[in-house]
Amino acid sequence: MIRDFGWFEVLSIIQGMGTTLALAAVAFIGGGVFGTAVALARSSAWKWLRIIAAAYIDFFQGTPMLMQLFLVYYGLPVFGIHVSAWTAVAIGLTFHASAFLGEIWRGGIQAVPKGQNEAASALGLGYVSRMRDVVLPQAIKLSFAPTVGFSVQLIKGTSLAAIIGFVELSRSAQIVASTTYKPLLAYGLAGACYFAICFPLSRVSAYYERRLALKT
Amino acid sequence: MTYTFDFGTLLPYWPQLLYACLLTLWLASTAVVCGFIIGIITVLARRSGVKVLRAIALSYIEIIRNTPFLVQVFFIFFGLPTVGISFTPWTAAFIALSLNCGAFSAEIIRGGVDAIPRGQFEAGAALGLTPLQVFRYIILKPALRVIYPALSGQFILALLTTSIVSSISAEELTSTAQLIDSDLFRSFEIYIVVTLLYLVLATIFSTIFKGIDRVFFSYPIK
Repeated sequence: MIRDFGWFEVLSIIQGMGTTLALAAVAFIGGGVFGTAVALARSSAWKWLRIIAAAYIDFFQGTPMLMQLFLVYYGLPVFGIHVSAWTAVAIGLTFHASAFLGEIWRGGIQAVPKGQNEAASALGLGYVSRMRDVVLPQAIKLSFAPTVGFSVQLIKGTSLAAIIGFVELSRSAQIVASTTYKPLLAYGLAGACYFAICFPLSRVSAYYERRLALKT
Repeated sequence: MTYTFDFGTLLPYWPQLLYACLLTLWLASTAVVCGFIIGIITVLARRSGVKVLRAIALSYIEIIRNTPFLVQVFFIFFGLPTVGISFTPWTAAFIALSLNCGAFSAEIIRGGVDAIPRGQFEAGAALGLTPLQVFRYIILKPALRVIYPALSGQFILALLTTSIVSSISAEELTSTAQLIDSDLFRSFEIYIVVTLLYLVLATIFSTIFKGIDRVFFSYPIK
């Protein structure tokens, strides 16, 4: 039966938008926590920790996000861990985000003048205090624009969950497209929803990038 | 763990996988070249005196950059046929990827153009060069040096993005993997191998690009 493209269809796409936002938020927060660890490891004093973190980042930057999701989705059951599509996608995106955020924040940490770290060290501050009170606050400021920029990439990336069959914005558009036979409208509306989320974020990122460029 | 890994069953599929790698590389490189040309045209449009052209270029860039590639592919492959424009999966993939690369290239090229002092354009104009000549000799060449790293990164990104066109069953590495998967039901092994293939391709090309950068663009700037 071919359905009309009515309010029900519009609502189901908008509901998908909510799921997309929730998924992106989970991945961003999870990625943020692990990303901090990756960034600290990448800029640590131990060589091996740096190498491992660099390999971790290279892996995620050198393979397609879709493959990363596939590996988690098909890989977890192999190790006897059975999870829902939601969890699998969230885990996959979290790994992905942690590598990218880790690399962005490493750049921020290393952009903080080395002398500050040494001065803090000379004042007798320990590693935790040095990072928490001196380096990280400045690093966060420096890497704010690229971090917001990455969040746009992450939100767009959540669309790949649709390929696994997880119902978010893209997948609900796909369902609507196949039940109403109006793919142009369904995908157009989905695109507009993504645009409504991503465009403001892109502007914010560009604004802070410009402001930082003017300062330096 | 009761699952036993078996990579051996994949061996007969090697020729197929290597051929798929070539298809992926072919798709990525043609789309990046095409995207670069689209990018130049877009930058020219953004700098033109005609307001409508500027508005079109700007909306093109913002729409492409703020929507997922998957939706763009679906829009072109499933959406456009309803208004009478239909493509084969491969053509749709090529068009979608080219348009995608075009928007990102335009931003990269614009960054390079902005890096060139304004006085040079004016000097070019004063010497009697046409706007196109100014663009070609005074803007594009020095800008190319500035944007080279970002542009080569664009190729790697396109290479990884091609995996998404498997969703409209355009023939490339990921769709080949899905095909093999439906033969063997050894999803995990296949996707590990294919992921590593992507990693190898990306690593090879980023090494080559770094080499080119060192040889051709390494002399002191300014």
